[in-house]
Amino acid sequence: MASPLLEVRGLCVDYVTETVDVRAVDNADLTLERGEFLAIVGESGCGKSTLLFAISRLLSVPAEISAGSVMFHGENLVALGEDQLRALRWRDYSVVMQSAMNALNPTLSIAAQFRDAMRAHSSMSDAEIRARSAEVLRLVGIDEVHLASFPHQLSGGMRQRAMIAMALLFTPDLVIMDEPTSALDVVGQRSLMTQIKDLQERLGFAVIFVTHDMSLVSHYSDRLVVMYAGQLVEVATTESLFADPLHPYSKGLLDAFPSIRGPRRVLTGIPGSPPDLAHPPAGCRFAPRCPVVMEACTTERPELVAVGASQVRCLLYPAVPAAAV
Amino acid sequence: MAATDDRTDTLAMADEPLLRTVELTKHFHLGGLFSKQALHAVDGANIVIREKEILALVGESGSGKSTVARLLAMVYRPTSGQILFRGRSVHELRSRKDLLWYRRQVPMVFQDPYSSINPVFRVSHPVLRNLQLHRPELDKAGRNAEVERLFELVGLTPAREMLDKFPYEMSGGQRQRVGFAAALAVEPRLILADEPVSMLDVSIRAGILNLMIDLRDRLGVSMLYITHDIASARYVADRIMVMYAGHVVETGPAEAVLANPKHFYTQLLLAAVPDPRERTSFTTSASIGEPPKVVDPTPGCRFRTRCQSAVEECSRVTPVLRPMAPGHAAACHVATPDAGVQASGA
Amino acid sequence: MSAIDAPVTRPPTSTSSRVALSRVSKAILRNRKATLGLVMFLVLLFVAFFPDVITGKPWNESVVSSDVVAQCQQDAVAAGKVPNCAQFGPSWPDFPLGTTQLNYDVLSQLVHATRVTLFSTVLISLLVTVISVLIGVTAAYAGGKTDSGLSLLTDVFLVIPALPLLIVLSTYLASGGIAAVVFVMTITSWAFGARQLRAQGLSIRSKEFLEAARVRGERRWYVVLVEILPNMLSLIVAAFLGTSVYVVATMAGLQFLGFGNVGDTLTWGTMIYQSQQAMSLESGNLWWLLSPIIAVAFMGTSFALLNYAFDEIANPALRKNRRRRGKPAA
Repeated sequence: MASPLLEVRGLCVDYVTETVDVRAVDNADLTLERGEFLAIVGESGCGKSTLLFAISRLLSVPAEISAGSVMFHGENLVALGEDQLRALRWRDYSVVMQSAMNALNPTLSIAAQFRDAMRAHSSMSDAEIRARSAEVLRLVGIDEVHLASFPHQLSGGMRQRAMIAMALLFTPDLVIMDEPTSALDVVGQRSLMTQIKDLQERLGFAVIFVTHDMSLVSHYSDRLVVMYAGQLVEVATTESLFADPLHPYSKGLLDAFPSIRGPRRVLTGIPGSPPDLAHPPAGCRFAPRCPVVMEACTTERPELVAVGASQVRCLLYPAVPAAAV
Repeated sequence: MAATDDRTDTLAMADEPLLRTVELTKHFHLGGLFSKQALHAVDGANIVIREKEILALVGESGSGKSTVARLLAMVYRPTSGQILFRGRSVHELRSRKDLLWYRRQVPMVFQDPYSSINPVFRVSHPVLRNLQLHRPELDKAGRNAEVERLFELVGLTPAREMLDKFPYEMSGGQRQRVGFAAALAVEPRLILADEPVSMLDVSIRAGILNLMIDLRDRLGVSMLYITHDIASARYVADRIMVMYAGHVVETGPAEAVLANPKHFYTQLLLAAVPDPRERTSFTTSASIGEPPKVVDPTPGCRFRTRCQSAVEECSRVTPVLRPMAPGHAAACHVATPDAGVQASGA
Repeated sequence: MSAIDAPVTRPPTSTSSRVALSRVSKAILRNRKATLGLVMFLVLLFVAFFPDVITGKPWNESVVSSDVVAQCQQDAVAAGKVPNCAQFGPSWPDFPLGTTQLNYDVLSQLVHATRVTLFSTVLISLLVTVISVLIGVTAAYAGGKTDSGLSLLTDVFLVIPALPLLIVLSTYLASGGIAAVVFVMTITSWAFGARQLRAQGLSIRSKEFLEAARVRGERRWYVVLVEILPNMLSLIVAAFLGTSVYVVATMAGLQFLGFGNVGDTLTWGTMIYQSQQAMSLESGNLWWLLSPIIAVAFMGTSFALLNYAFDEIANPALRKNRRRRGKPAA
């Protein structure tokens, strides 16, 4: 069996301030196979973006990785220095940010930005660079005449696709995406997701996709990770998560989406707010809001346990230690 | 219950709805001093809101839905057309007394819980100001009691504690409830809710949506619910109105529009909404296009460039709302009415 | 019944102005720059209010007895030199910083000049801040033609070179003394702050709570005074402190060049001017020139420290991230 592409073990990220340290990500364990589409789902403050930036080594002060490892291509990314990371960036893994208007340089043409990226990470000739730029634009369905365009001349959807094209310049093994569709309208989101999935299947790269909108990835991801208050609370295949969510939070989240088809049901949502991570609750972090909370939940801290092919962090499930799945 | 203004109450007389717009139009002037370009944000909108009704105005950004809200809230003046509230033309109101009369009946709840409350004051401030401006019959003790009652009403309990908090001490969902409390303070007939849940976490939205339904049922308050999320529109609304590029393209009872969408944009919208419980796939080739920026448009349907069923007439004649089924209309040359519905007429 | 949000589980933080004040003072004490700047300012304030506590000597009478002067003149004549019996150097305890050319006590002058210097600096800064707030915020909030007009006015004043304008105006108002200095400095210094405050006003203008205020029927003046200004307090205070630094140096410079030195009013700038006129650097009492310069630097530094510190306190992003004691670096 081929070894996984990415293995995250015990990753902890702290925000270090003068007064108190806040653990934004608590002991994250993740495994990603080649060509797999993994979605990390959670609401504001759950730590999903922090986790993403930690994996891609893009954290900045005051956030820092305080424990754990990220094994990628046989190396522990956490232990690498800037120079070593630079050799890996963009060639072996790349990142697509949330808003293209924030990530693309408004004063440079698309061709110039692609050129910058390629010069920084390779020694291709100008002709090769141009050819490759045109090729990736074609991949995402943008006419190569737009190489000369500036970001503001492109529509929102095109900009996002240009971002994705840029991420694919070196056909990396892993593309990390942080809510790349949130700036688009519903139709545009759908279109972009389909395109990403299509590219992924054609080129064979793996994707880690962070989003707050579970339904967005429901038809595209292979596996889903649900995060709450800095912890992973459920890891499962997309199908099994949507068919039968194990963790009460996942269930509540799924039920919180109003549907446009089928009968109308009363929505309950999940009343309350996530805990203050500077002072997390003693037992299960979801206990204050959990509809099926038990006595033990307020004192005992649940670990991630295996339930069939999934993993859950909940006292409802017997504590058989989870094998690294 | 909402106070009535008998002097000008024409509702009892004709079958006049609570609020009605007639060819409401708003153009924004673009460019510098010598430019004649105009952005057509809203063109010829005919909107009807009845008593005890939640109307959802659904559209993407650039559709004109937010502009409609601001026209109704008297933040913008219409370029042409009328807004009739209980029979009175709103933008002809001049005296402060009249303006306050309108603002009392049609308050607004805003989208961004993080910037819609002044961070410098306690959360009771906007509610108290509304009481001071619009309910002068209350004295200080009366106002304080009323703020407490309103906080309880919207679910901010324990009210006494909540009153004293500053916005930064509250979550997004709680802040939106404050917005509703402030709107209810004036005893309104119609609340304009501009995307009240878009910036909230999904798990919190249900609470606010249920609150809106509750207010309609218990207090009889009507609402204009503006959103880009057609699924939440289905959940709260009695009727749905779909806007595209400044035009109203479809309107009708919520279930009817969702079950039987007549306009091709509505169909596209519905097909694009992912339902996690359904595993249908959305197949689309290449780019599906984007809503246009409507600057000095020519006549014709504004959706024609993205419509697979467009015909020649679509580029020449701007479609108007035609009845498709009882109470259900769409602005499309190609859409076919249900059997038994007259092709023309109201 | 609608779902209810549980109260947020954070430590109780009901805030009143007393609690806010104690938080501010804690922040000041924790910040070294702030503490130093505040101490320096308090020293100046004390000297300004109680000059006689520092020195009992008069500042506008000769402190050298006529006998000593007579003796000095005799000595000079006897040695065949031109008598130069003024600007004595420092002598403890009679005149620790020496005397002026009229044999006035330099230290006493320095101390008594503090009040006028400090108060006129603060007054100018206050006036400048008030004008910039009025013009900047009105321009931002009113928008349209009002904004265009006020911005044009601001830009004109911004572009006019301050020092030449100051000099020209001072020449015409030479007889006005310190009041003229206040006037001239005020009208040449407000433009910068007005631009800054307009910019911040514009960014606040897009906040929804202002729209909410208009939609509920608030009048315009209410929105500006009650809803907008408190949100700009931080920038307004920063503008005030920054202006003070500028005013301290510029006022001294202006007076050094010879303007605003009329009548009996004594400021440090005037002292510098007078000592220059009397050639104290070349052949007189060096401390007569140096001590007001050092005093000006002291006041400028005090305001500058307060300015930096205020920025850091008001904007947590600027604070240096000192690790808590005992935590190992990752």
